Amino acid sequence: MTAPVDNVDKWGIPGTYVFDLQLSRQGYPVNKMCNSLKSQQNRDEYLADEEAYMAKYQLSEEQKQAIRERDWLKLTQLGGNLFFFLKLAATLGYGLYQIGAEMRGESYEEFMATRQVPGAV
Amino acid sequence: MAKLVAGIGSSHVPSIGRAYDQHKQTDPAWQPLFDGYEPVKRWLAEEVKADVVILVYNDHGTEFFLDRYPTFAMGVADSYQVADEGYGRRPLPDFRGNVEFSHHLANQLVADEFDLTLCQEMALDHGFLTAMPLLWNHTEDEWPVQVVPLLVNVIQHPMPTAMRCYKLGQALKRAIESWPDDLRVAIVGTGGLSHQLNGERFGYINEEWDQQWLDKIQSEPLSLANQTHKQVMEAAGAEGGEVIMWLVMRGAMADEVEEKHRFYYAPMTTGIAVLALENKE
Repeated sequence: MTAPVDNVDKWGIPGTYVFDLQLSRQGYPVNKMCNSLKSQQNRDEYLADEEAYMAKYQLSEEQKQAIRERDWLKLTQLGGNLFFFLKLAATLGYGLYQIGAEMRGESYEEFMATRQVPGAV
Repeated sequence: MAKLVAGIGSSHVPSIGRAYDQHKQTDPAWQPLFDGYEPVKRWLAEEVKADVVILVYNDHGTEFFLDRYPTFAMGVADSYQVADEGYGRRPLPDFRGNVEFSHHLANQLVADEFDLTLCQEMALDHGFLTAMPLLWNHTEDEWPVQVVPLLVNVIQHPMPTAMRCYKLGQALKRAIESWPDDLRVAIVGTGGLSHQLNGERFGYINEEWDQQWLDKIQSEPLSLANQTHKQVMEAAGAEGGEVIMWLVMRGAMADEVEEKHRFYYAPMTTGIAVLALENKE
């Protein structure tokens, strides 16, 4: 089992997971799977059988569990890169701001209330 | 000889593209943004009249994968496709390249010790696409300007330094000026300004830093180029670190520049900016 990266990593920026080669190595299967979702055919295949699709890319059990739970913060800690997993999120019907709210530990409504022009979505 | 006729800095937030495609130009939340770009679009169409634009951008896990990630990559093809980055292809026309000019840039830059990855195929995602229809009017199947896509790795550390990006711009300047034919060249640096999209710090914005960036990129670009990634990411958010792509644009310009237009708007999670610059004669 891979240990999650501490939330103050070696870069020392709180609440930040800098995507360096260490995280990239750890998250490679996740990001490779997500990269494949740029075709409609693969998105359909993913939605038809998520477990089979994840197995094909050899994600760790922890990474699979983070995806099953739509736990984007955990997925980030395990090397998932947002730019890649946004393709997965789009396939599943999750938007950026839902992901952001979850990472902040807030509800979508709580998060939107912190924005200057929440209509600009 | 070729002449650099405009330098533009522009954000590339994907929600702008969505708003554009859904015709939200007069939606109260979006109108300020579209109105803010309008004077730049008019200036480009009526005065600048560029033949070709070098657009500096980053890919977002679409066309370039981590199996072999280039630090710098440039298109040398005669056309570039609009990518499907996970939610279908945007209804925008594909782009025309300028093969001869991009080959010249490639030859000059490599001779100048910038060892780029050179691409005969490059599908373009929102890093490239977002600014284009805000800056140039297009028809259903054509753009009024040819493009040279220039990619910078700003998603996986180690990223090139801010200074390296500035120096790449300076090398581009030399390459542009050594092209013998008449050609009007614009350069666009995309990305930023402040934003963070990962971790508990998601949603972080620093408007004061953004305004300073818009000033200093004009008057003291070297002070920006001397910053470390950590300094930029602390002040402008982790994903805000991509602003170093603006320094490629700035490096390609003269020491003295004039601001033609500036707009800033931070409605949601990114300090969105457009800055139009011209070389002082």
